[in-house]
Amino acid sequence: MSESPKPPGMEIPADRMMPGADRLTPPAWPSGRASSPNPEFRVIGKRNRKVEGLAKVTGRAVYADDITLPRMLHAKLKRSIHAHARIRSIDASEALAMPGVHAVITGKDLPAYYGIIPWTEDEQALCETKTRYVGDAVAAVAADSEYLAEEALNKVRVEYEPLPAVMDIDTALAHPEWKVNEKAREGNVSKHVHLEFGDVEATLAASDAVIECEYWYEGSTHTPIEPHCAVAEFDATGLLTVWSSTQVAHYLHRDLAKVLGLPTQRVRVIQPVVGGAFGGKSEPFSLEFCAAKLSMITGRPVKILYTREEVFYAHRGRHPMRLRYRTGVRRDGTLTGVDARIAIDGGAYSSFGLVTTYYSGQLLTAPYRMQAYRFDSTRVFTNKPCCGPKRGHGSVQPRFAFECQIDKLAEAIGIDPIELRRRNALGEHTRTVNGMRVTSNGFLECLDRAERASEWKRKFRRLPYGRGVGVAGSMYISGTNYCIYPNEMPQSGVQLKLDRSGRATVFCGCSDIGQGVDSVLAYIVAEELGLELRDIRVVAADTDLTPVDLGSYSSRETFMVGNACLDAARKLRLLVAGALAERWGCDPGAITLAGGVAASTREPERHCMSVKEAFQIAESRHGTLGSVGWYQSPKLGGDYRGGTIGASPAYSFTAHVVEVACDVDTGRVNVEKIWIAHDCGRALNPVTVEGQMEGSAYMGFAEALFEEQLFKPAAAGHGPGLHHGPSLLDYRIPTSLDTPELESLIVESVDPEGPYGAKEAGEGPLHPSVPAIANAIYDAIGVRCDRLPFSPPRVLALLRATDARAQWERSRAQGAIALAGGASPC
Amino acid sequence: MEAVPNTLCRLRVNGDVHVCAVAPNTTLLEALRYGLGLTGSKQGCDKGDCGACTVVADGAARLACISFALAYHDGPEITTIEGVAKDGRLHPLQDALDLTGGAQCGFCTPGILMSAWALLERNTRPSRDEIARALSGNLCRCTGYTKIFEAVELAARMMRERGAVTAESRDR
Repeated sequence: MSESPKPPGMEIPADRMMPGADRLTPPAWPSGRASSPNPEFRVIGKRNRKVEGLAKVTGRAVYADDITLPRMLHAKLKRSIHAHARIRSIDASEALAMPGVHAVITGKDLPAYYGIIPWTEDEQALCETKTRYVGDAVAAVAADSEYLAEEALNKVRVEYEPLPAVMDIDTALAHPEWKVNEKAREGNVSKHVHLEFGDVEATLAASDAVIECEYWYEGSTHTPIEPHCAVAEFDATGLLTVWSSTQVAHYLHRDLAKVLGLPTQRVRVIQPVVGGAFGGKSEPFSLEFCAAKLSMITGRPVKILYTREEVFYAHRGRHPMRLRYRTGVRRDGTLTGVDARIAIDGGAYSSFGLVTTYYSGQLLTAPYRMQAYRFDSTRVFTNKPCCGPKRGHGSVQPRFAFECQIDKLAEAIGIDPIELRRRNALGEHTRTVNGMRVTSNGFLECLDRAERASEWKRKFRRLPYGRGVGVAGSMYISGTNYCIYPNEMPQSGVQLKLDRSGRATVFCGCSDIGQGVDSVLAYIVAEELGLELRDIRVVAADTDLTPVDLGSYSSRETFMVGNACLDAARKLRLLVAGALAERWGCDPGAITLAGGVAASTREPERHCMSVKEAFQIAESRHGTLGSVGWYQSPKLGGDYRGGTIGASPAYSFTAHVVEVACDVDTGRVNVEKIWIAHDCGRALNPVTVEGQMEGSAYMGFAEALFEEQLFKPAAAGHGPGLHHGPSLLDYRIPTSLDTPELESLIVESVDPEGPYGAKEAGEGPLHPSVPAIANAIYDAIGVRCDRLPFSPPRVLALLRATDARAQWERSRAQGAIALAGGASPC
Repeated sequence: MEAVPNTLCRLRVNGDVHVCAVAPNTTLLEALRYGLGLTGSKQGCDKGDCGACTVVADGAARLACISFALAYHDGPEITTIEGVAKDGRLHPLQDALDLTGGAQCGFCTPGILMSAWALLERNTRPSRDEIARALSGNLCRCTGYTKIFEAVELAARMMRERGAVTAESRDR
């Protein structure tokens, strides 16, 4: 479809234009982004309810599986029973002959390759020639009911030719000829990144202690309680509508059009209420394409709901990583050089793997100053479900290793580990060794708050054998600086409609997955336009109705959506305040809009009315009221290949202190409490910020002690690659009885570029949980847990393999162990 | 597997009597969600592991996804999330979960709420430990449970005081 010509005489006003090639920065507001438009905040910073809260507590919130359409069919996917196999043939005739079965599709019906990263499109909705993991989808059946579809699946005959399966990193590298993924340029290497900043060897040589250790970070999966679900309807006009439990409606929109061969303007994606995602719904899955295709074939709506088992195989979770770190320190506590070698098990496809590989190195360079830094990361393909972005994408694993390294270095030179972190704090308004711009930075306050709240000084190296405390710090991005596909359009857009009814409607493509971004929109509009929260409606994540926002990933929503919304709201505020100022003969700066009331601060008794009346005056003066706002981050990042990956307009900072009690007879580690100090810039709503902090710390705790996404080797009756226990009983996520006490300590550094100074809170606070627990275990029982998870058998084995008690007593007695020649005990 | 609905099942749900067609293997959750349109109860695992489908019958929390619908034919009154608010007024638990941020994605919330409701029906002064035990069959992946515990404690206090939940009462 060609572009429609502009109507003659219609000029787009300059302030409405999209950013050009030179990437305009968002408008500078006279009062600054961090402050309230009124004398004080009325909504922001208050413990407000969420806009969708009541729907959720009354059972009225509509999730994807709650949608039932007239004549709707149900579909199921046939999945590979082999970890690696060529598909010789597929015979669906018997299934198709069953009454009530309406269509069967296979790989040749959806041959287009797709992938979330445009440079690594290596997936097909259904495998065409080869399956690459147990559970890879090969066919889909649409039938009258779920039961019937499942029965029909058993009648779809697939003939396989099994191929050698690559089940781990070493095999992948040792056998490049057993090619898992044909799109790989070289053997089974998915991505290799080598970057060096400064002279690492020289700085290490000039260190007083150097520690070298290897760490293993086990894979884990998101486990949202809502399984993936999609409903597709191809209507009589040729419009495809897909409701999906996705966190990236915009990217799904693009990929649906591509794979189904439809123009994007014939595709509509709607995200209903999503029951948790954590990164696990941040790319398209087979179900969305298959539901859509089956609807196009049958002319009826089609629903696909994954079983819990399928969710485990859909995965895209935490990458297993083997990390080797060499880190130096001087006697005065100055960190010197950092050398990292990282091997990443990516599973069968690329997913976000290109970014993961960069993130495994790029996101380590704060909150500490480094003199020199080198990382060498290699992601490989294996015949297992594909890994992807799980909360704290790519950087949780290196953070674990590095924060354990710091703990060891602190002991080596006899400095308190909090003090060592303090001495190396990067500071604010500076750059990292790899060229990332850091603005606001509340890390020191995070350390102070966690130290005080936990009574660290009374406890560290002072508790009886079996009890200990540990500390760790971290930083994370508030949104990635660049869109996944290169373009110069805004990263987030908001439309705001205001009318004489006294009600505002905010339209935004953003994706609320429980973190509360819909509420962020409402809070901002309420703050700027003086409305009560109940008078604001949020319409989100519907590609037909809402301007594009890139979605809920990389902790970008509060920062980017918030800024776009602030832009839209302030444009309307100007009109309303201007119209009132004109009427009252005062300065627009003297107008307050707050709590449903518009008034002049000069003469509030005389000049005062409801905001509804104020909107009517503004509508009379300016015509129909509406505005658009957008956010585009400034050009940032290092000037080298990959230097934009890890660049963010703002970084959050976190410090945790953890207290543990360990049972030396069983190896059981009981985490008693986690103090979470997090710099979120400004807490737009402390309740939701605390919720993110607690949820993050919980998820890190779960990875540290409980979770393992493991696959079985071949055994009698099955080949390799079966999930170890794809159920919520076998894959243990912590219950209400397992979870430690969590105390949130909000630190507000007020970022100069965030909306009202806000930064992210959704992913950063996960990072320190894992290393802080490992460091606390050492303080408690004298063993270093360098492999996840710290499960009873593993801790017990460590206790038995080392003279833990003697090590514990040495560290108590000396307070430090001088390391002759810098050799490490690893 | 034959799954054609062929039996009428009479269920007493939230004070009403409903009749729907089920198969012998239709679960109570399927009957509620797809037969009666009560989609508030959620399916998270379909095998009794996650608790998102929890309903209350005979005063006890039950997992609807591993209960047969026909087992409740002419059986005890079932209360689902849709039946917790009475006469257009929220139950204190609902108000408290909303106020404390105990519902993030909200998918486990109906199950959590029903388990907590069953607890508060028999114990209006539960300790933190009793709450954790009552909710131990309900997995939540968002909150780390902290805000849920706060909500249940707040609701219990509200029920004892028979007042409405307000920001003031929370902060007390």
